[in-house]
Amino acid sequence: MISVIGARRSYGDFAALDDVTLDIPAGSLTALLGPSGSGKSTLLRSIAGLEQLDGGRIVIAGRDVTGVAPQKRGIGFVFQHYAAFKHMTVRDNVAFGLTIRKRPKAEISRKVDDLLEIVGLDGFQHRYPAQLSGGQRQRMALARALAVDPEVLLLDEPFGALDAKVRADLRQWLRRLHDEVHVTTVLVTHDQEEALDVADRIAVLNKGRIEQVGDPVTLYDRPANDFVMSFLGSVARLGGALVRPHDIALDRDLERARAADARVGGSPGVIEAVVERVVRLGFEVRIDLRADSGTRFAAQVTRAEADALGLVEGETVYARATTGPDAAEIHPALAI
Amino acid sequence: MKTSTTARIGLRTVALGYLVLLIAVPIVLILWRTFGEGVGAFVDSIRTPAAISALNLSLLIVAIVVPLNVVFGVGTALALVRGRFRGRGLVQAVVDLPFAVSPIVVGVSLILLWGVDGWFGGLERLGIKVIFGLPGMVIATLFVTLPFVVREVEPVLHEIGTEQEQAASTLGASTWQTFWRITLPAIRWGLTYGVVLTIARALGEFGAVIMVSSGFPGVSQTLTLLVHSRYIDDHNTYGAYAAATLLMGLAVLTLLGMTALDRKRSKT
Ligand SMILES: Nc1ncnc2c1ncn2[C@@H]1O[C@H](COP(=O)(O)OP(=O)(O)OP(=O)(O)O)[C@@H](O)[C@H]1O
Ligand SMILES: [Mg+2]
Repeated sequence: MISVIGARRSYGDFAALDDVTLDIPAGSLTALLGPSGSGKSTLLRSIAGLEQLDGGRIVIAGRDVTGVAPQKRGIGFVFQHYAAFKHMTVRDNVAFGLTIRKRPKAEISRKVDDLLEIVGLDGFQHRYPAQLSGGQRQRMALARALAVDPEVLLLDEPFGALDAKVRADLRQWLRRLHDEVHVTTVLVTHDQEEALDVADRIAVLNKGRIEQVGDPVTLYDRPANDFVMSFLGSVARLGGALVRPHDIALDRDLERARAADARVGGSPGVIEAVVERVVRLGFEVRIDLRADSGTRFAAQVTRAEADALGLVEGETVYARATTGPDAAEIHPALAI
Repeated sequence: MKTSTTARIGLRTVALGYLVLLIAVPIVLILWRTFGEGVGAFVDSIRTPAAISALNLSLLIVAIVVPLNVVFGVGTALALVRGRFRGRGLVQAVVDLPFAVSPIVVGVSLILLWGVDGWFGGLERLGIKVIFGLPGMVIATLFVTLPFVVREVEPVLHEIGTEQEQAASTLGASTWQTFWRITLPAIRWGLTYGVVLTIARALGEFGAVIMVSSGFPGVSQTLTLLVHSRYIDDHNTYGAYAAATLLMGLAVLTLLGMTALDRKRSKT
């Protein structure tokens, strides 16, 4: 378990971390999610000891490590740009921490071979980092960090420099690895999809503050505020309220729409809008709309619904939210 | 746009002619004069006690200057790239000063500082001879070769950044271990070039050294001073050519060493 208590860090008079308090449960895979410049890296690097706090404390596994050097924190750190030791072979890279600790040669060999097998770099022992792909380099960096049996594994946008396909593969792989190794892991990312995909807990950061902490479902379904809502998944602004595009229902008949809307507590009401475009995205269909007020928003419906509605561009429809702030009362199924 | 063939050939001829006239002709001339009288005469001329002493002195100065420049050069480069201290701009300018200042000025100012009447003149009275002794020549050579290691290592340090070092520290390496295992191997090529340039310049330095050397043949003459004194004082032009050829041979060896290292580098 990692506890960050009242962490503060300023650059000049700019607060990169503004009184951050956060508990990261042992064995969890927690994502630090937030826009660029929100302080994610600063928080992660403070946990690692690569950055000094101006105030507050860091406790790792019950030990206060606030003033402790990175060497002695029992951490593994993975950098966005790999930080591979370029003049060393893959084997020597992975063995580095163990060599420093003067472990017996046989033990180092065994451990390095095991790790390279786990990260799928068997047979790459004698290559140099320059002879690896980005994804392979990052897996090497991960093996290197894991070699010293860290208490916690800290990853700063580890897949940020890779292309979309490799990213998706590697994060699945990271998830499986975590399920096997169970080391407390903190992953920094600005990609909400990545966070929702791999993490079992997400902490959303904004301007050096924690906005909300919770499991992915809670954050998605019950965001604490507009920022969290719009940062996790797309949103549409429907009469002043933020609504997920798939929580918007469309109707041709105003009376029917009003009747349905009346059953949703605290809903923003029925909005008249003109269909601007109908976009088919495989199974889903996105309908771009323009309200009377001129604001544009999009609704997302299934293909079957779209076919049933048979909307054409230029037509007027009535949009309403299918969930409201009091949604839990109306749809008991959602409250579980 | 395509340059016509004639223009291209013309350009090449001009460039080549320029190089030949400026560099190749003088060198070939000296070689021709040196070996025109047979290899035996050359060997005799560089085996006189004065010549052997000059060679030894030049190599001794190189042997003292190179390690000092490596240690202080790497230290200065690290401070300039990684350090956040006031007066960094000043240090940057000071490092370049030896490039800008004429060696003869260096010699004069060293006499002012270390000579009998200088600030540190007391040393002389204690029997430690700086000016007109080996220390003076070493200090003069240190001065003129100061920028090479710093300026070769600095960009490499910039390029490698600090992430590898941070990674090493998270893996448990102390500052010292990180320096030996990560930083030094990463800058080794920059350092090598810096050393090669330092050697070449230390061997060839004349203006600063002549000011602070007593210039006795067989005692305090470096190879460059030997060439000079043979030519000017002894009117031994042949001896001057032979010594110059020896000096050039050393420079060529240094360059060959660098080329060999370069080959090795492109392979790894
Ligand atoms: N060394 C520094 N000097 C001055 N300001 C800094 C420094 N490091 C970070 N900052 C500032 O602190 C804020 C937080 O930086 P941080 O690197 O933690 O952001 P981040 O959330 O990791 O962003 P990104 O997703 O772009 O990596 C930023 O506004 C940044 O400009
Ligand atoms: Mg960052």
